[in-house]
Amino acid sequence: MSHILSVLILFPALAGVLGFVVDKKSAKAYGIAVAAVEFLLSIWLWMAYDGSNAGMQFTEFSPIIAQFGISYNLGVDGISLFIVLMSTMMTLLGIISLNEEKIENMKNMIVSLLFLEMTMVGVFVSLDAILFYLFWELSLVPMLYIIGAWGGPTRVYAAVKFFLYTFAGSLVMLVGLLAMAYFYQQASGVWSFNLLDWYQLVLPEDMQFWLFLALFAGFAIKVPMFPFHTWLPHAHGQAPTIGSVILAAVLLKMGTYGFVRFSLPLFPDASVEMIPFIMILSLIMVIYTAMVAFAQKDMKQVIAYSSVSHMGIIMIGVFAMNPEGIGGSVFLMLSHGIVSGALFLLVGVIYERTGTKIMDNFGGLASVMPVYATIYGVMLMASVGLPLTIGFVGEFLVLLGFYQVSAIGTVLAGTTIIIGAVYMLSLYKKSFFGPVTNEKLKGLKDLDGRELTALLPLVAIVVWLGVYPKPVLEPIDNSVKELVSFMESKAQTQEAKDVIIVSKSAKEEE
Amino acid sequence: MLEPVKISLEALNLMTLAPMLIAIAGGLVILTIDLIKENLHKSLYVMLTVLIILIDLGVTLSLNVNERGFFDVVLMDGIAIVTQVIILVASMLFIPLALTSKRFHEYSYPEFFALFLFMLAGLQFMVSSDNLILIFIGLETSSLSLYTLIALHNRHNSFEAAVKYFTMGALAAGFYSMGAAILYGISGSLELYQIADAVQARLDEAGMLALIIGGAAFLLASFAFKLSLFPFHTWAPDVYEGASAPLAGYMSIVPKVAAFVVSMRIFEMFIHLNVTWVENAILTLAVITMTLANIMALVQEDVKRMLAYSSISHAGFVMAAIAIATTKSNSAIFLYYGLFLFTNLGAFAMLWVSRHKHRVHHARFDHPYEKFSGMIGIMPVGAVVMALFMLSLAGVPPFSVFWGKIYIMSAAVDVGMIWLAIVMGINSAISAFYYLKLIVYMFLREPSATTREETVYYNVSKPLMTVLGLTVFVTVGSMFYVDPLLEYITEMVKVSGY
Repeated sequence: MSHILSVLILFPALAGVLGFVVDKKSAKAYGIAVAAVEFLLSIWLWMAYDGSNAGMQFTEFSPIIAQFGISYNLGVDGISLFIVLMSTMMTLLGIISLNEEKIENMKNMIVSLLFLEMTMVGVFVSLDAILFYLFWELSLVPMLYIIGAWGGPTRVYAAVKFFLYTFAGSLVMLVGLLAMAYFYQQASGVWSFNLLDWYQLVLPEDMQFWLFLALFAGFAIKVPMFPFHTWLPHAHGQAPTIGSVILAAVLLKMGTYGFVRFSLPLFPDASVEMIPFIMILSLIMVIYTAMVAFAQKDMKQVIAYSSVSHMGIIMIGVFAMNPEGIGGSVFLMLSHGIVSGALFLLVGVIYERTGTKIMDNFGGLASVMPVYATIYGVMLMASVGLPLTIGFVGEFLVLLGFYQVSAIGTVLAGTTIIIGAVYMLSLYKKSFFGPVTNEKLKGLKDLDGRELTALLPLVAIVVWLGVYPKPVLEPIDNSVKELVSFMESKAQTQEAKDVIIVSKSAKEEE
Repeated sequence: MLEPVKISLEALNLMTLAPMLIAIAGGLVILTIDLIKENLHKSLYVMLTVLIILIDLGVTLSLNVNERGFFDVVLMDGIAIVTQVIILVASMLFIPLALTSKRFHEYSYPEFFALFLFMLAGLQFMVSSDNLILIFIGLETSSLSLYTLIALHNRHNSFEAAVKYFTMGALAAGFYSMGAAILYGISGSLELYQIADAVQARLDEAGMLALIIGGAAFLLASFAFKLSLFPFHTWAPDVYEGASAPLAGYMSIVPKVAAFVVSMRIFEMFIHLNVTWVENAILTLAVITMTLANIMALVQEDVKRMLAYSSISHAGFVMAAIAIATTKSNSAIFLYYGLFLFTNLGAFAMLWVSRHKHRVHHARFDHPYEKFSGMIGIMPVGAVVMALFMLSLAGVPPFSVFWGKIYIMSAAVDVGMIWLAIVMGINSAISAFYYLKLIVYMFLREPSATTREETVYYNVSKPLMTVLGLTVFVTVGSMFYVDPLLEYITEMVKVSGY
């Protein structure tokens, strides 16, 4: 039990290696079996997780390069627990949704997905900076192959752009991590890349600033923050359905998770100092990409841009610097993963049937495929943030948290709900309502068993966590509160201490 | 009349010469065998050479650290021993690559193996001395043998390569002797530690700095040739293209690591004497070399030429460590080359596996990218192996070269050269592009008409597969042995006082 995190990382990797031996025709069944076991293991992790303990649990430690302070150091807390769960779940559902008739070389696809799963879990449970970096970089390789091998016409360009863009950013981040280790060595006399050791290090403000920027280069490209978002529409446009699902649901979260896990606790003063900068970028990102989404003709691009827009909301929540904001954005990471993953799956369904993603070619789909239209509608509402869906909880908390920072900003960020409703509803109207104009659409079959198996669990979660988010929200909240109070105690300037609000009531009592 | 000089045998400490003597004796044994019985198969010589190198390695490892011998010109310090270990291990991987399934003319001569062993002896002399004359002799012995080894690959452009390398090498030798002469003029000695004392004593004299810089500049130019640093790198791609693939891979590692040790001895002496010109010159050369070679590699159509430029860029990367001149950066040099050796030799061995007698894929190149297109569909294992080498070269963790890379970058950060670390990071990103290009061809393109298992695995044999398997294993499993390796290297570097 104490090695469950290692098992979670190594199991899919080992299964991936062994997968080379499995026969081509059985590859998908093998993939489902492995991903299901992995998902059950992560459920077990959740059950065994002590929700009232805000610190790191299931920690494992063994040195890799002792004299350079690199170690195999794992742990999970409320912030990472559910992202891990979401990753394993989306991988499982993604593999279930794969269509054996349409995808050549299913074995290679399954092996890549299993390796990708290893890196995703690894990123979120690593407590050593180099180990984190290792999984972070390694996640690019299977994704490169998935986009490049099964994508659209300009897939190779999109795949290489994705790889190089992220790789370049993360190398700057690596320099930042090395510098951080050096400062730690100067202060304590020993080399360490252990994140928990680094938390204890208080740095002067200007140093924090530069290190923040170095890490920002890696994280911001991954999120992707405006103006570094240009690789994402290409990648989504060309990626196969499964690639988009994993990319939107999990890989983008690595960036925001990095901010929460690294930037905020390591550099509290610099983070506070950077709030206006991040806020401006995030607000531009939220509003601008929402408008761009409205202008798209391609259904998948609408969802890709809306996904960027929602990542902006997550960023705003992270830099609200209070438990509501950060907790809300961690929750929003989950809900965004589930909702955007589901939407990409849904676009994949219609693309598989008709071979097009352009909305003008659709129309009246609701009468041809009623079940499909219903599920699409639910996910759409969740994406917009309708109350009683999963999207509402996170978005509301983020805006509540951000209101304490800036009222005007909150109003601006709140417009995303309106613009989001506009483009999502116009998408729905164009594609699903009205008469069936395109003759080809008439004979389309509704969702089959395979697609329903992938989608119905997502619908259930969207409603369940929308109505009753407490089981998930509580552990997140505990860990986030600890994070925020830690930041407050670590911050040096009074200004930073004022901005970081541990708990509203606690401040008022003082 | 002069008194006859009496020297006891013990004072010579002949044990320090043992590694070189074994290599020389081995070469002579091979020649003698050829004299007694002709037409023996190459496999005999290959195995014999491997065994001789193994004995050499054993003796090297059993030497006492920091011993001088042979009139005090041989210096077996820690870095000398580490370098010899790297050289010998690389040689042991290189020699079995002669056992291809197709016949290549050079390996049918026993002289090839004898020359190879003489080259090893030369290299070992070169790295285990701080006497400028002995370094020169070692350098030239190894270089002359190497020119011949290149020319033995019986091809039109092999002769071109050998002559080109020879001409450049002769010029470099000239530079070296001029640089050494200037240092001798300043100090009246050829021993580096005496030169250091003399330079320090006379540093403040008028006009002395210009003289020192002149001497250092000549030496730097000479080693820049050997290390293929800008602007003396132009020979490298042509020579690598002309040489056989394993020899090209070998040249990208072994002569370079030897030259790095000597550069470490000479240039770090100047850096520690606060001759900042040397530091700046090396940094400039290193940065230009890695950037320029990376950009050149982007436009190559041939994988071997791409790998040639990539190894130039790696050399530039490592050269920066000499300018940093701390224990950490010096250890990083050996760590980097110790790891790089397996990956790079593996990559070149993959080219060797697919080598044809004639150019079947392209009129001009042996290994155009098209040759590898769609390999994943036909030969998945081969494609994955090659991709692992490429990812390792690009510095993707956890593959071996990554550890060398972060250690050098960390050494740069430690001395406050953040800009250098960032330049290195950006260069790694640029280099990722051309390594990815090969991966894209192998994994994402349709197979070309000529790509078939027979054409790519044309030259394969069991020994080649064994070498490949070993290199892949070392490349992938680096996480598990970097710790003891780094500890050993750091210990050896510290003992030597660097």
